[in-house]
Amino acid sequence: MDSVILKTAIRFLLPLLLLASVFLFLRGHNEPGGGFVGGLLASGAIALYAMTHGAAAARQVVRVPPRILIGSGLLFALVSGVAPLFVGRPFLTGLWTTITTEGLGKLHIGTPLLFDLGVYCVVTGVTLVFVFSLLEE
Amino acid sequence: MDILLAITVGGLYAAGIYMMLRRNVVKLLIGLGLLSHAANLLLFTAGGLVRGRVPVVPDEGAWPLVIVADPLPQALILTAIVISFAVLAFALVLIYRTYQTLGTEDLDELKATDT
Amino acid sequence: MLLWLLAILIAAAVAPTVNRVVGSLGGGSLGGWVLAVVPAGVFIALLRLWPSVVNQQDVSVFVDWVPALNLAVSLRLDGLSLLFGLMVTGIGALILVYAGAYLKGDDRLGQLWMLLLLFMAAMLGLVLADNLLTLFIFWELTSITSYLLIGFNSDRPESRASALQALLVTGGGGLVLLPGLILLGLAGNSFEISTLLTSAEPIREHAFYLPMLLLILVGAFTKSAQFPFHFWLPNAMAAPTPISAYLHSATMVKAGVYLIARLHPILGGTAEWFWMIASVGAITMVLGAVLALRATDLKQVLAYATISVLGTLTMLLGIGTEATLVAALAVLVAHAFYKGGLFMVAGAIDHSVHQRDVRELGGLRMAMPATFAAACLAGCSMAGVLPTFGFIAKETWYESVGHVAGSGFLAASILSNVGLVAAVGFVCVKPFFGRRTESTRHAHEGGLAMWGPPVVLGIAGLALGLLPTRISELLAAGSGAIAGRAVPVHLALWHGVNVTLLLSLLTLAGGITLYWILRQGQLHRLKPYFYFFEGVTQYGPSRFYHWLLRTVNQFARGQTAMLQNGYLRFYLFTMVGLTVASVWMALGGELRSHLKPMPFDVRGHEVLLACLILAAAVVAVRATTWLLAVGALGVVGYCVAGIFVLFGAPDLAMTQFVIETLTVVLFVMAFSRLPEFRRLSTSATRGRDALIAVVAGATITVLLLFAMTVRSSHPISDYYLAHSVSEAHGRNVVNVILVDFRALDTLGEITVLAIAAIGVYSLLSLRPSKQADGEGDAAEGTEVSLRKGVPGTQFDSTAGHAADQEGV
Repeated sequence: MDSVILKTAIRFLLPLLLLASVFLFLRGHNEPGGGFVGGLLASGAIALYAMTHGAAAARQVVRVPPRILIGSGLLFALVSGVAPLFVGRPFLTGLWTTITTEGLGKLHIGTPLLFDLGVYCVVTGVTLVFVFSLLEE
Repeated sequence: MDILLAITVGGLYAAGIYMMLRRNVVKLLIGLGLLSHAANLLLFTAGGLVRGRVPVVPDEGAWPLVIVADPLPQALILTAIVISFAVLAFALVLIYRTYQTLGTEDLDELKATDT
Repeated sequence: MLLWLLAILIAAAVAPTVNRVVGSLGGGSLGGWVLAVVPAGVFIALLRLWPSVVNQQDVSVFVDWVPALNLAVSLRLDGLSLLFGLMVTGIGALILVYAGAYLKGDDRLGQLWMLLLLFMAAMLGLVLADNLLTLFIFWELTSITSYLLIGFNSDRPESRASALQALLVTGGGGLVLLPGLILLGLAGNSFEISTLLTSAEPIREHAFYLPMLLLILVGAFTKSAQFPFHFWLPNAMAAPTPISAYLHSATMVKAGVYLIARLHPILGGTAEWFWMIASVGAITMVLGAVLALRATDLKQVLAYATISVLGTLTMLLGIGTEATLVAALAVLVAHAFYKGGLFMVAGAIDHSVHQRDVRELGGLRMAMPATFAAACLAGCSMAGVLPTFGFIAKETWYESVGHVAGSGFLAASILSNVGLVAAVGFVCVKPFFGRRTESTRHAHEGGLAMWGPPVVLGIAGLALGLLPTRISELLAAGSGAIAGRAVPVHLALWHGVNVTLLLSLLTLAGGITLYWILRQGQLHRLKPYFYFFEGVTQYGPSRFYHWLLRTVNQFARGQTAMLQNGYLRFYLFTMVGLTVASVWMALGGELRSHLKPMPFDVRGHEVLLACLILAAAVVAVRATTWLLAVGALGVVGYCVAGIFVLFGAPDLAMTQFVIETLTVVLFVMAFSRLPEFRRLSTSATRGRDALIAVVAGATITVLLLFAMTVRSSHPISDYYLAHSVSEAHGRNVVNVILVDFRALDTLGEITVLAIAAIGVYSLLSLRPSKQADGEGDAAEGTEVSLRKGVPGTQFDSTAGHAADQEGV
């Protein structure tokens, strides 16, 4: 795919798509979105970039190797599961705390968010492994 | 709409199964894709159809007064979509490698290589 | 008591390390002495409980495991357990030392010690268990560990075959035993043996009595090598001698006898008990003695002699009077001492001259004096010569049998003992006397660890014979546990001249004569009898075993070839067909009553989407290029996403939309290197497949319509909707279910995703040929061998082609 227009378009689209994926991920708990679709959107954007600019360039953009993404994602999910054990709650029970910040108001932060981050990382990593492996054939 | 979707699901199943009965591994893969769409749609239809009501609680602590779409099948289907994507990708790579190694896409020629 | 088991298990775990450490310190096989400390410690701990056990005070431990299932680990030490426990740990400690000398310098010594200790733990657990299921678990553990031990020389095919045979026979017996124990537990309303003891009467009158007795006895008979399951024991001699000495003299083969003894107070005392057990025992007893004389291998002689003694024990327990129970325990103790010793003697000879054929041995008396002494002590006990414990045991045995059941059992006993006395000649006389032979010319004595243990056992046998008062206490406690009431025991070496003594002398005389006849090469006169026994017994069950093994394998192969014929569509057809058939069988009657007319409430754009899906599916099916098929598949996916949008599932729609894009991208990447579609099937096949597909699709439609009519409310979702904000602080219920309410499922799912990624990665990136490219010609060999593995010219050419391409 050597179309210059496509290449340029995707170079500009990539940050926007990645931003959209983070947005989808963050609002997922209250509005449609979440780790799955966020991760898929991110990897989809990188896949488009990889198809136009080559897998090596795409790997440069991601910086983190996909398998590290998968591993750390699983680790996040596990940590969010194990954490409640230390305060005597069952495995994977959500723990919540409220943080008051300037400008954003009150924020609910909890282990399910960490879990969702894990899902995001795993989904991104897995899809990137598929894409990169096939592209580098 | 229930009846219409039921027929659609049946049609997708028929198409998927027919494709999976082919000897060509590529067609098998297309059939697998059709079958996973069919399965997702089956779950969705069986879970009950509610037009346009998103299962999002409108405001903090408030109980949705109107009937909304059932969130549980949706959660199930969401995972099913992602899993079937992974399965499809794995099958794709497996078949690709098989063809690369053995040079045939005919399943009948692939049946005895492991003996 | 749990601590004892734990200590032995820990010793097993560290055994290989001990071997390495001691070996590196230059200690050679001293590790055996170190490890033997553990069983010796347990032995002493058991001895310290002797006084309380002898005074009928049982020691028990109870650990509740799964109370809801009535599963508990409960251990109890009574006279019978103490007797067995002492044998298991005492002889076990000696065996560990002996094994160190036997396998000196062998890398696998640590492994042998580990397996022996594991087996010891299982065996000790078995005799201590007070719960039927605990007992069964330990029972199976002894089967498994003995499988590993018998097959210790795993590089020899006959060793593996023997191990497998032992496992199949004893393991199969275990499978039969389990339902028997469960029936017993059901009939007695408890799985605790000590509780069952109180309800023996109702159990014996229960309708399950006969089936449970039969099942349990099959288990016990297989384990204790009773006719017709005896054939595995001689074959198990393929194991190194320390293992034979331990498993096949003192411990494992006695597990069956132990089980019969343990259940005697619950199940015993009936006519069925008497006849089934006593007759099988008597047959085994005579059979073993006769076959022992046929064998020429030292260990085979001992193995058949062991079978004979096991038969004796079974017979005595079957008869089940107080006197025979005491006799059984006396024979058991005597046998453990002398047979363990004799096996070790046989091992020492084998180790020294690498020869176990009796005909080739002779004149070892001077070369191996200590071993000879041990052989003499053990041999006297086996032959029942004054003043060993074997003599007391035989006197008690004759006395008890003579009093009970008429002349049949007594005659069989004397007959078997004549055979055993002759066998003693082959094991203890022939190898040591006479002139040195070709093989024994370079014989030499082994170290202390080699001859020490058998001498210790021999002296113990002698000491017990001279001072039988202490052992009488234990036998009283043991037979009390078997009888279910107190049994007085007064063993003495000298009873005066009476009938029993005369019978003993007769036995000795007969045995010596028999040995003399056989030694003089007069064997041919007795041969017809041997052939008779061989034909009827040895051959029959063994041949049946092999026939069964072959037939099962043939059946498995046949049905695999039929059901798993390698055609994917055949499997699919089976699955689809069975599903459709079972759905219609279940729906058949109810369909008409449930299929109500539904409101046909449809909007235009919905019809459009549905029609688009169906049309795209038809295009995908009829496509002649893969690009068209993939495109059509994509259309189906996007339309499904559209349906998700229309019916309140934006999360699904978004996910489906992105996934569909990614799928199409992946398909395009991979398919561009695959060939275009070819027409591979005839139109008749297509028609048949189309019919199957349409029937399956129609079934799904009907099933779905049916499912919708029987739907009730959605109680689970109501809960999620109501608690989403209050408990999980999220308003998007779908996401809350995924990451909070049902997070465990999601955790499982992302793990599956990771595994799929590993699969793809390893298929594409970790290829031998890909790595080999960098190494150049070195990889040529693997490439060739890889190609050779698969027949067919087409493969050859394409693999070569692929390799060429990658090379470029």
